[in-house]
Amino acid sequence: MRPSAARLLNILVPVKRTIDYAVKIRVNPDQKGVDLNNPFDEIAVEEAVRLREKLKDQVKSIKVVTIGPPKSIDTLRTALAMGADSGVHVEIPDSAPSPEPLGIAKALRAVIERQKEGVDLVILGKQAIDDDSSQTGQMLAGLLDWPQATFASKLVVDAAKKEANVTREIDGGLEELKCRLPLIVTTDLRLNEPRYASLPNIMKAKKKPIEKLSASDLGVDLTPRVETLKVTEPPKRVGGGKVENVDELIAKLKEAGITAVKA
Amino acid sequence: MFASRHVVRRVALRQTRRWAHTQPKLQSVTADDVAHFSKILPATSILSTLPPLSTAASELSPFNNDWMNKYHGNSTTVLRPRTTQEVSEIVKHCNERGIGIVPQGGNTGLVGGSVPIQDELVLSLGNMNKVRSFDPVSGILVADAGCILESLSEYLAPHRHIVPLDLGAKGSCQIGGNVSTNAGGLRLLRYGSLHGSVLGLEVVLPDGTILDQLTTLRKDNTGYDLKQLFIGAEGTLGIVTGVSILAAPAPQSTNNVVLALPKFDNVLPLFVEAKKQLSEILSAFEFFDREVYELAVKHGQGRALNEEDIEGAECFVLVETSGGKREHDEEKLNGLLESLMESETPLINTGVLSQSPSQFASLWAIREGLTEAVSKEGKAYKYDISVPLAKFKEVVDATRERLRSKGLLHADAVKHVVGYGHVGDGNLHLNVVAANYTPEIEAALEPFVYELVASYRGSISAEHGIGAMKTHALHYSKGDVSIEWMRRIKTLFDPRGIMNPGKVLE
Ligand SMILES: Cc1cc2nc3c(=O)[nH]c(=O)nc-3n(C[C@H](O)[C@H](O)[C@H](O)COP(=O)(O)OP(=O)(O)OC[C@H]3O[C@@H](n4cnc5c(N)ncnc54)[C@H](O)[C@@H]3O)c2cc1C
Repeated sequence: MRPSAARLLNILVPVKRTIDYAVKIRVNPDQKGVDLNNPFDEIAVEEAVRLREKLKDQVKSIKVVTIGPPKSIDTLRTALAMGADSGVHVEIPDSAPSPEPLGIAKALRAVIERQKEGVDLVILGKQAIDDDSSQTGQMLAGLLDWPQATFASKLVVDAAKKEANVTREIDGGLEELKCRLPLIVTTDLRLNEPRYASLPNIMKAKKKPIEKLSASDLGVDLTPRVETLKVTEPPKRVGGGKVENVDELIAKLKEAGITAVKA
Repeated sequence: MFASRHVVRRVALRQTRRWAHTQPKLQSVTADDVAHFSKILPATSILSTLPPLSTAASELSPFNNDWMNKYHGNSTTVLRPRTTQEVSEIVKHCNERGIGIVPQGGNTGLVGGSVPIQDELVLSLGNMNKVRSFDPVSGILVADAGCILESLSEYLAPHRHIVPLDLGAKGSCQIGGNVSTNAGGLRLLRYGSLHGSVLGLEVVLPDGTILDQLTTLRKDNTGYDLKQLFIGAEGTLGIVTGVSILAAPAPQSTNNVVLALPKFDNVLPLFVEAKKQLSEILSAFEFFDREVYELAVKHGQGRALNEEDIEGAECFVLVETSGGKREHDEEKLNGLLESLMESETPLINTGVLSQSPSQFASLWAIREGLTEAVSKEGKAYKYDISVPLAKFKEVVDATRERLRSKGLLHADAVKHVVGYGHVGDGNLHLNVVAANYTPEIEAALEPFVYELVASYRGSISAEHGIGAMKTHALHYSKGDVSIEWMRRIKTLFDPRGIMNPGKVLE
């Protein structure tokens, strides 16, 4: 049976460019802070592309969207090289403070409302590795009043029935949810392993359309509302030492002011 | 193509006769020797199956067996000194007593050089693991020989420098072992060999004398450059205890890409093109054939490429760029990739470009994991050879055919004949993966492979060394006069023949 036009899926995948100063790469000799694509977002893009591989023509479009400074366009290009069809870049100036989850969720709602054919499925990372907020997906579901399935480790979509089965990883086991579309899904690490972008796809991605918008085009205010008081590094671990024998160990413990407690 | 083969064979016969000579007789370690060592070293630095210590033999087995579990020694005693002075006193005693010593670093050597042949004493450098100094202006690092390569990288990272050497064994191998094998590895294309980047060495000579050549000078033309003799000496001339090495500034931007090639013949023109377009930012150009790639995937080394990206590929090339500015490097790399993809007669089928640090690491993990994948698959006969680049495939194919013609190419004998290596340096790793090490397979391979290499005027050991594995084959790459002078040098430094006996020279 050919699915009717109304049953075709339009998927939106929000992605974020993150900067992780703590990242330590085994081979990369520069070993310093690098701009990266948020790994959970790559998983989200990968899942959308796999849905298309599975559902073929039933997936009508995969659109990626990012809200961030000019350089964020690289993140969109990567997603396009992985297989997304088009991008939306909500550009904010380099000098602007980074927006908070609520601002992002509102911007995403505005983007979704602009889509003429609507959006049936939003797949996002469960959190970004720079701020670890883990709020955007949930807030977006609230704003849109859509169902949400967070921390997904498996996603099966039935386009004809407009339904999805989502497996979530929870403490001590798995939880399976059946949800109606439109739906918000956030991705866990085990959902999939993102592919490498191949050269032909990277070339093709350069020609895929990216729509550029600003916060005011969307009528949203991205000014942060929460004031960050202080950011501190975790205390430095001091290196341990090796002792030659038990006597030395006891001597060291005494030196450190640790004494035996009599029972 | 084998025209010169019988010439080689004739030379070989003549040489074997000249080589016949007797090793000085060496002594076994006794309980008295252990008692003497106990005066030099703390108890924790001595492992010995001899009384009074009577350590369990199993505790010595990591020191007696090599990384491939191909070479097995029977040492009773392992010493782990912490200072150069301790090394000196141990060596002095062994020299007086005529006890053979095997210096051991991380024991990752691939030619059986790092384990005893009989019951020589093992002198492990693992406890000498301190950085002595680093000068961030000149980039000169001075470290104990037992420092693990990867921990030196970690030490240098906050100073924005890197060790000018990198290899798959980095987590275990030691800088002293690297120097002693003159290890090449993945960065040689960019930073050159250790003969250039090592500025000085501290060596304990076979009579216990400490030779202090630990200079931190870039230039020093004051007569014979003695340290060069110890680079690649594989522990046969003395024990390296300290190394002064020129670290390189860390690149600000790195990228890598794995390219899939329809046929081997394209590797060479691709290398030319990559050098031309990437010029100074090209930092690695590594080749691996399809069969060894499949082994890496099978044994979980790095994330596999997508099916459609490997379709029809006969071999792969990993290209790495390192440079000072991201935008500049990406522009160059993209330029190369575009021209490759859009060419009328494409050299590549396709390729994948890493998009994140984790993908960068993952692509490298495939290449770096090949050695490990091969050893997980079976027993490996490893031939680390230098031949003209254009002959890489010919060597692999000829070896496979040879084994086939001997009826040895099946699941119970030889499972795979694969090739990979450092194209940029003309260095091929020919690996024969067998179910078991057997005399038939060895006889089919040797001297066949060595003669093949000699017919191209190649080297039978490009970077792994001679060790115990290739002493008999040295003459395929070195003439009589060279070997004679190597022998004289050995005798000059080590008249009693205690330093790593049976290695390098027969
Ligand atoms: C997975 C893997 C990948 C590898 N990749 C490469 C590669 O890309 N390029 C390459 O060149 N090699 C490679 N090798 C082999 C290489 O020779 C060794 O990994 C390394 O250089 C040896 O260091 P080590 O500390 O383990 O030395 P060992 O194996 O302990 O010793 C090697 C030789 O040096 C001598 N020696 C060690 N320390 C000293 C010392 N302080 N003083 C005097 N003599 C000493 C030993 O007696 C022995 O003859 C690889 C090995 C493995 C297992």
